[in-house]
Amino acid sequence: MTSLSRDDVAKLAGLARIEMSEEELVALSSEFTVILDAVARVQEVASADVAATSHPLPLRNVFRPDVVVPSLSPADALSGAPAQEEQRFRVPQILGEE
Amino acid sequence: MIRNSASDMASKLAAGEITSVELTQAHLDRISDVDKEVHAFLHVDTQGALAQAAAVDAKRKNGEKLAPLAGVPLALKDVMAQKGIPTTCGSKILEGWRPPYDSTVVTNLKNNGIIILGKTNMDEFAMGSSTENSAYGPTHNPWDLTRIPGGSGGGSSAALAAFEAPLAIGTDTGGSIRQPAAVTGTVGVKPTYGGVSRFGLVAFSSSLDQAGPCARTVLDAALLHEAIAGHDPKDSTSINAPVPAVVHAARAGNVKRMKIGVVKELNGDGYQPGVRKRFEESLELLAAAGAEIVEVSAPNFEYALAAYYLIAPSECSSNLARFDAMRYGLRVGDVDGASAESVMNLTREVGFGREVKRRIILGTYALSSGYYDAYYGSAQKVRTLITQDFNKAFEIADVLVSPTCPTTAFKIGEKANDPLAMYLNDIATIPVNMAGIGGMSLPSGLADEDGLPVGFQIMSPVMKDERMYSVGSALEAALLSKWGAPLLSKIPALAGSK
Repeated sequence: MTSLSRDDVAKLAGLARIEMSEEELVALSSEFTVILDAVARVQEVASADVAATSHPLPLRNVFRPDVVVPSLSPADALSGAPAQEEQRFRVPQILGEE
Repeated sequence: MIRNSASDMASKLAAGEITSVELTQAHLDRISDVDKEVHAFLHVDTQGALAQAAAVDAKRKNGEKLAPLAGVPLALKDVMAQKGIPTTCGSKILEGWRPPYDSTVVTNLKNNGIIILGKTNMDEFAMGSSTENSAYGPTHNPWDLTRIPGGSGGGSSAALAAFEAPLAIGTDTGGSIRQPAAVTGTVGVKPTYGGVSRFGLVAFSSSLDQAGPCARTVLDAALLHEAIAGHDPKDSTSINAPVPAVVHAARAGNVKRMKIGVVKELNGDGYQPGVRKRFEESLELLAAAGAEIVEVSAPNFEYALAAYYLIAPSECSSNLARFDAMRYGLRVGDVDGASAESVMNLTREVGFGREVKRRIILGTYALSSGYYDAYYGSAQKVRTLITQDFNKAFEIADVLVSPTCPTTAFKIGEKANDPLAMYLNDIATIPVNMAGIGGMSLPSGLADEDGLPVGFQIMSPVMKDERMYSVGSALEAALLSKWGAPLLSKIPALAGSK
C-alpha cells in the first residue's frame, strides 16, 4: 500500500506551483492513498518484456518549408495579457535582487 | 422545427422552406427559454450566430454552392478556441479570455457555413464525467434535471437533448463525447486519433484528446464528422490520409456479413441490469439485420482505467503548466515586489478547481524521479497490452461493441466526494482512447428500472471509422422501426420560461 503524507503532497504542490491550504493538503493526502492503490494495479502486468507506448501514432518529426506565413499581430498576441507595457508582456520579478 | 434532425434542417434550407436566420433564431429562442433549467451554455453568441446565418442566406440567394450543413446551427464545447469569443474550458483561470485565433475545428465549421450558437459547459479542462467540475456550476440532464448529463462534454449533450442545438462539438479523452451521449440519449463519436485536428483544442492529455461530432442521429454525426475532419498541417499528430467515407456508410447502414465482436470484459458484473438488457436486445437486432455476432476477449482491458489515471494526469500536469499567469488568463497576487513564482502559486490556487489540482498533483507524482518507472512507465506498458488486445480482437471481428457506460445517469452530487467511483464511469470508454481507435455511442433505449437512456458503444479500427457508422446506422434504423419514433420523443417537456 502506497501512501502520500501531508508533507509529500506539500512538496508536490510546490513542484506544480500550486499554493494549497492545510485543509486541502490533508484531504488530498488521504484521497491519494485510495487512488494510488487503484492505479498501482498497472504494475501487475507491466513486465520487463512489454514495450512502452507513449502515443497511439508512430510519430515522426513533421517538417514544413521554412517560409514566412501570417501570424498574430502584436495587439492580438497581447490581447489577453494580464499586464503589458511598451508592446510587451509585463511579468512579475523573475530573478532575485543581486 | 428545432426537433428535426440536422439533415432534415439542411434539406429545408436547401429547398428554401426556411432561412438560416429563422432556424438560428428559433434555436436562440429555445436557449433563452430553457437554458435556465438545463445550463448547457456558458456563452451564447446571439449577434455572431445571426450574422453568420445571414451570410449563409445571402450566399444561398446568390446561388453559390454551399456545404451540406450550411446554415445549420451548432453548439461548441468551451474547450475549442474561437476568435473573439470567451473560451474558459470551464475554469476560472481562463475567465474572460478571448482567443486571438480560431481552432482548426472552428475554421472548418465556418468554411462549411455551420452556425456557431455559443460555447457549452464542461468539466474543468475536460476532467470529469458529470460536468459537476465546471467552475460555472453543473449542467442538468434534460431527461431528469436532478441528474448529470455526463462529462466532460455534458453541455454539448444536454444542448442536443434539450433541442437547443441539432449539432454539437465534443472532445473525448477517456469518454467525454460517448458517455454524455449515452446518458442523454444522443449520438457521440470519437474519431480515430489524428482524424480531426487538435489545433486550438486546449490540451488536457495530448496523446488521448480527440475532437468529434455530437448529434441526435448517426447520419447527422457523419455529416458533421466529414465537415471537421481531415489533415491539418498545424497539428503534427494529424493523419495525412483521406477522411473515411462515414456519410456514405451512415446512409447505407449495411451490416450484412459484418462480424461484430462482443467484448467479454466490458459487460457483466458492475453493469446495471437495464443497461445489459438493452445491450442484448441491440445485438439481436443487429443479428437480424444480417450481422454475425461473435465473442472476443480483451484480458488487459481491466487495467485500462488504472493506466488512464496515470497517463492522463501525467500529461495534464505538463500541459497545464502553461497556465502560469504571464501571458493570458487570471493573475493573482501581482503586488509590488512579488516574485513570479509566488504569483504562479497564488494564481493556480485560485484559478484551478479541486479535480484539476488532484490530477496535476497525481501526474507530478507519477512522473517524479524514483516513481516514474513504477507508475507512468508501467502505464505505458499497459497501453501496449491494450492495443495488442484490440489488434487480436480486430482479427476476429470488424467492429467491437459493448455498453457505453455501466450505469444510466446518476444524481448530481452522488459521486462528487468519491473520485474513484466517478472514474469507474469511464471503464468501457477508456480502452478506445488508449489505442487511438474510433468509438461511437448511440441510444439503445431506456433502462427498465429508471426510465433513463442507455448507450450502445461501437469501436472500429484505426482509420476505419466508416465501420462504426455502418453498424450505428443499421442499429438506429432497427430501433426506430421497433419504437416507431426516435428515443428523444419520449423525453419529458422542460417547463420553459413561458
